Amino acid sequence: MELTTTWYLVLGAIIFAIGASGLMIRRNPLVMFMCVELMLNAVNLTFVAFGRELDDLGGQVSVFFVLVVAAAEVVIGLAIIVAIMRHRSGATADDLSVLRG
Amino acid sequence: MSAAAVLADIDWHVEQQVFFYLIATTQVVAAWRVVTTKNIVHAALYLVVVLAGVAAQFILLGAEFIASTQVLVYIGAVIVLFLFGIMLTQARIGAENDLDQPNRLPAVLTAGLLAILTVSTVIRTFEDVELPDNSRTTTASVSDSIFSDYIIAFEAVSVLLLAALIGAIVVARKD
Repeated sequence: MELTTTWYLVLGAIIFAIGASGLMIRRNPLVMFMCVELMLNAVNLTFVAFGRELDDLGGQVSVFFVLVVAAAEVVIGLAIIVAIMRHRSGATADDLSVLRG
Repeated sequence: MSAAAVLADIDWHVEQQVFFYLIATTQVVAAWRVVTTKNIVHAALYLVVVLAGVAAQFILLGAEFIASTQVLVYIGAVIVLFLFGIMLTQARIGAENDLDQPNRLPAVLTAGLLAILTVSTVIRTFEDVELPDNSRTTTASVSDSIFSDYIIAFEAVSVLLLAALIGAIVVARKD
């Protein structure tokens, strides 16, 4: 089978769906974060595949920005999780309703 | 004939295909294990496999700068942060049974529907699109692009990183 851009997009779609299922199935906030990373990486893969396809550097630059935003997101998310776990250890995402208005 | 000329003469299509399918299979299996494993540390380590696979796919697509950044930022920093998070929250290191929420069926159905929808749309829309040859991009061209066309976004993102740094310290500080 000839390797086409489609295969990269299909791979990205499959990993994205797996990440989405993990986000819905899991209730440990840390593992949910890992699933978000899975989804971000799937999208990065499609960005680079499209960048190669269209011969455009914008795809790679977008991936660079997504990387930075993902790093910032993980830092903030883990800080929040650590702060919450300090008060109630073993909390799952279902218990975290302290932000409810 | 110089080494570069020899490299340029080789038809890389077969190698690219073989490694694409190998890495893609590994990635999908590892991603599946991230979602299904009962051990939170194992989930983090399977995530390393997926992220390294993505970096390898970037190399296959000729995006060397992004691939090395992926290894540095994701495998080097984000995974270490995750492992620190696991240790700091005193999660149980062994197998755990309450990692999943009780009703999984709707989630699995939704994700399966999402997969079928996206994959079929992608295959229908981009059926016969070939990968163009010889479009390896150098780090120099990427950096030229970041520091000219995308300079405002780059500065904004650096401010965002600073804000995230300060925010994380403020949120996680003991007081």
